[in-house]
Amino acid sequence: MDVALFIPCYVDQLAPSVGIATVEVLERVGCRVRYDPGQTCCGQPFVTAGEWSQARRLARRYLDRFAGADAVVCPSASCVATVRRRYAELSLGDTRVVKEVGARTYELSEFLVRVLNRPDVGARFPYRVALLQSCHGLRELHLGHPSEAVEIEDSAPGPTEAVLRAVRDLELVLPDPPDECCGFGGLFSVQFPEISTRIGRSRLVALAATGASHVTSTDASCLFHLEGLGRRAAFGPRPIHLAEILAWSEER
Amino acid sequence: MSLPLDRAARVALPTTESVQHHETAVADLRRRRDDALARVPDLQALREHAAAIKGHTLGDLGTYLERFEEQARAAGAVVHWADDAPAHNRIVHDLLAERGVHRVAKSKSMLTEECGLNPYLEARGIEVVDTDLGERIVQLEGEAPSHIVIPAIHRRRQEIGALFHRTVGSPEGEHDPVVLTEIARQDLRRRFLSAEAGITGVNFAIAETGSLVVCTNEGNADLGMHLPSIHIACMGIEKLLPRLEDLPAFLRLLARSATGQAITAYTTVVTGPRPGGELHIVLVDNGRSRLLADPEQRGALACIRCGACLNTCPVYRRTGGHAYNQTVPGPIGAVLAPAFRSDREASTLPFASTLCGSCSAVCPVGIDLHGQLLAWRARAPFGGGRIRWVARLGAEVLARPRLYRLVGGLARLAWPLLSRRWPGNPANAWLEGRELPPHPGASFRSRFRLWSQGSRSREGSRSRGGSGE
Repeated sequence: MDVALFIPCYVDQLAPSVGIATVEVLERVGCRVRYDPGQTCCGQPFVTAGEWSQARRLARRYLDRFAGADAVVCPSASCVATVRRRYAELSLGDTRVVKEVGARTYELSEFLVRVLNRPDVGARFPYRVALLQSCHGLRELHLGHPSEAVEIEDSAPGPTEAVLRAVRDLELVLPDPPDECCGFGGLFSVQFPEISTRIGRSRLVALAATGASHVTSTDASCLFHLEGLGRRAAFGPRPIHLAEILAWSEER
Repeated sequence: MSLPLDRAARVALPTTESVQHHETAVADLRRRRDDALARVPDLQALREHAAAIKGHTLGDLGTYLERFEEQARAAGAVVHWADDAPAHNRIVHDLLAERGVHRVAKSKSMLTEECGLNPYLEARGIEVVDTDLGERIVQLEGEAPSHIVIPAIHRRRQEIGALFHRTVGSPEGEHDPVVLTEIARQDLRRRFLSAEAGITGVNFAIAETGSLVVCTNEGNADLGMHLPSIHIACMGIEKLLPRLEDLPAFLRLLARSATGQAITAYTTVVTGPRPGGELHIVLVDNGRSRLLADPEQRGALACIRCGACLNTCPVYRRTGGHAYNQTVPGPIGAVLAPAFRSDREASTLPFASTLCGSCSAVCPVGIDLHGQLLAWRARAPFGGGRIRWVARLGAEVLARPRLYRLVGGLARLAWPLLSRRWPGNPANAWLEGRELPPHPGASFRSRFRLWSQGSRSREGSRSRGGSGE
């Protein structure tokens, strides 16, 4: 399958290894990966900042770049949620294109499970790993069941959990509470640094209490926040992006 | 650059212990809510039903208000209309003053908090006793409620013991909740018996019958409306439901969403005054009809004040309610702030959310809280001038891949500088309590170029993920 890669600006600049791992995983499951260097940002920071005219410029750019792709895969749930859920609110004109591109833009684990039906990518990672659910992944992309959604009786794990459970020798654990926000929130983390770090520290304590050596997430941004807190406090499990775990295999 | 709520959080919950206490108490309410709602069959249908009733009622509120007034009058109540808080306070004061009332027993009402009724009456020589235990605690402490259901949730039992010792003469060092509650009960009983009027809030009002529905766990509203001969009920105009048969869905959702109870301990439907007594109903607008006229934001009027969005909010959990500096805190408070207030601080509250979406997910009447926060942001982008300019510049860079690559390269050169605190470092807000990630090395796009040229450099995925293999 031909896959267009969307490596969001912050991953490109700050977590390039996550992008490389994504390529490795996709190639391993037989995808032909195409990367268009004309891409930059989906516009999420401008959506959350309320600067919607700027967000529209970047959203149109994204739509132009990816309009022809069968599948766009991105290792960041919040960016995918922006494309799929928020673009519709920006009044971008051609609603058909917005809808189509949104429906064909996938978060990595979502793509592996829901499109390829390949939760097992042949990875091995012999560690206890705590999962930090991305809020946007959980509630906007339905990559798992949020704990407050008590009406959902479906007990099958969502795609993020499914790909992790398929990794050999990986022991998956969830913090308590299982899916509270890490306190990052993009712009929020610098507009409300005290609150952001209060939330993050409490998550870090909950994650450490699981005894995990690593913490993983679909979103590198949440991990930056926890990593930054953990480094300052010399405390907590080591952050590793989901794609990096999936790229880890026996022969490496 | 930090916004008012961030600074206020340090005052409202100043210590690690106070944050932890608040976080635990509030998260416990969320857990109870989960357990209670998990036992409701067809919960989703029930929520949709409730949301539909609210939507329908708000869509024709004028008609239902007229109907309600007519029916309440027919049942013997006197209906008053207040455009705003001052009008509300004046109406209540006039009613009390005309009857020579000096002592009032008031049950929990967020509306009277919103209007500042207590200080208004007290300044005019009328003693108001809050009879809800939590409200009584914050009243004795001289502060506002910090939660719309559990007003004193930010206070630990030791603090309440000390407060009662100071104010109602409980034994020193006593902080057993059962003993303290009994002491408060004895003190309040005396005050109930001497009160000349009762003021209550209203949870729901029924247009078809002109009835009021008041829910409490302590029965204090029932004492307040039945012991004295004058009952004044204060309600926002959004509290209406069309028919009595619409009520059960809301009763099932309200207590479960709030505290995990199946129903509040006392649920009273009042139609008209008790024999020989007077019932006055004050219908208050105070910005609600303006909100109703706003299609993007009117959804917030469906709120039944269960507090579930507060209890699940990662922000509210760590700030406490006082930090919001208004009657209703938490996500719903942040949505209401710009609708009811025009100051700059109110316009920053919609930014006080990580947009995790848990508030919208727990709302029993389906208010799209985080969507409404985003919509407020789009109307009043934070900070105007400077931030606007930075956003503009950022978008210019991101719209030009080559410029973006150049700026990325410069930032990576400056990384060691950005990682340390110095006056004027744009990364300072991040560096508060956090480090920057280690130097990321070459960007993905430059590594991918090497990759596709066949060199397949593995160095990339090792540098961050390394587990020492």
